[in-house]
Amino acid sequence: MTAGAPRPAATRHWRRPPLIKDRRRRYGLYGAAVAYLVAALATVEINWQRIADGLDRGWRFVEGFLAPNFSHRWDDILLGMEESLTMTVTATAVGILISLPIAIGAARNLSPPPVYLVCRAIIAVSRSLQEVIIAIFFVAMFGFGPFAGFVTLSFATIGFFAKLLAEDIEDIDESQAEAIRATGASWLQLITYAVLPQVMPRIIGLSLYRLDINFRESAVIGIVGAGGIGATLNTAIDRYEYDSAAAILILIIVLVMAAEYASSHVRRWVS
Amino acid sequence: MPVASDPRGLPIWRRRTTRQEWALWLGWLALVALFAVCWRLMTENTIWAFVFDAPRQALDIGSRMLPPRWSYVDQLWRPLWDTLNIATLGTLLAVLLAVPVAFLAANNTTPSRRLVRPVALLVIVASRSINSLIWALLLVAVLGPGIAAGILAIALRSVGFIGKLLYEAIEEIDGAQVEAITATGASPAQIIDYGIAPQIMPAFAGITVFRWDINIRESTVLGLVGAGGIGLQLESSLNTLAWPQVTVILLIILATVIVSEWVSARVRAAIT
Repeated sequence: MTAGAPRPAATRHWRRPPLIKDRRRRYGLYGAAVAYLVAALATVEINWQRIADGLDRGWRFVEGFLAPNFSHRWDDILLGMEESLTMTVTATAVGILISLPIAIGAARNLSPPPVYLVCRAIIAVSRSLQEVIIAIFFVAMFGFGPFAGFVTLSFATIGFFAKLLAEDIEDIDESQAEAIRATGASWLQLITYAVLPQVMPRIIGLSLYRLDINFRESAVIGIVGAGGIGATLNTAIDRYEYDSAAAILILIIVLVMAAEYASSHVRRWVS
Repeated sequence: MPVASDPRGLPIWRRRTTRQEWALWLGWLALVALFAVCWRLMTENTIWAFVFDAPRQALDIGSRMLPPRWSYVDQLWRPLWDTLNIATLGTLLAVLLAVPVAFLAANNTTPSRRLVRPVALLVIVASRSINSLIWALLLVAVLGPGIAAGILAIALRSVGFIGKLLYEAIEEIDGAQVEAITATGASPAQIIDYGIAPQIMPAFAGITVFRWDINIRESTVLGLVGAGGIGLQLESSLNTLAWPQVTVILLIILATVIVSEWVSARVRAAIT
């Protein structure tokens, strides 16, 4: 047999192709990953004694989950839920109303460059920081309570909604817009008859999705004083009332599940 | 087609029938009424004096935040490293937990559709419904403040996210490939290894990197409830009203988030 000829089939082995083709790059990445893991684990300070002590409390929390106590703080839970739900609805509505013009402004096919840049900047500012951090500032400005939460959620809705809607507007079928333009329609008529019908399913879907997100976030921003069920939860945990905390968490899970189920139905019906 | 007629009896095109128009108006009325009721309930206890005072407060805070105290950056490298570790180790832990859960939840790989699948789905939903900050709040109460609580909080929240997207990817695989591997007499483990894993690998890598990027964002605020990372510095600066330091921290967080988003976008573009 001459050199370079294929070996007989019996000694050949199939090997699956690796994820990263270049061998040096592959081992370099593996090496970097291992080095990072060693460095990270070496600097993580974990107080095992404290964790061992905490396991007892962890067990009490599991017990609380198995036997949640809805009655003890029922009035607080009811108030917190009312604040969270009203905050969610108003913030979603106001946020969407503000984001509609911004979304049109941030769509490259409808707006002149200066408007486009301004609207994209607004979206970037709104998306860049976490809701909790924004909530801290609005609580400092508007005082404690659900109004600060309402402003926070409205603000956060703008970035999310306007960005996704603008992308959808940029993807519309241009021929329909051209057809409407050819009839001599004004800019407003162009929006209502050419753009809006094409993006309407998306608007409804995004609104429901954002309603869902806003409810979840409303449970979080209460921790920094912006009202809602998060404030109730924070109090319950601070007082080590794990059975009440478990009851609140179960309520949140059930509501989120119900909202998700309902919105998936509506979205299927719309599209 | 909905048609109305003008005074001369000529047909005019209309977008909706009369009935549709009524339904539309009633729908809008219901929405506006709902908004009004919610607004009333929400603002019941609002102190309007504070609300109208907000612009002045904003100016006040703004003037205190500037100029940033740049020398504070030196104290932030260690918390930033911790934040990175919380996000990365938390994501790794979540991946280890989420992969089996996803296989148990997917319709085509679950051992039992009646018993195991609902449990796996419940795990996914419970994990997804609760924000990582709330998980951190619980874990800090149980385990005490520190990075460990942060890592676990990120992991517990991410299990649901990765699990959900991964089991959807598993359900969408091409059955013919699995059948081909099965026909060679492969064991169940080999079927997963050679028939399913190669098909979901790109989705899996994309999901993991995407979640890592989200986790970087979330781990920056976990310190607010005591779960380690740069949020601890934010909390203490806020408590001592050290606004120039708050500015520096926010800028660092912003830079971190932008870098992680860029990395994640690059990696995902390289995979697909």
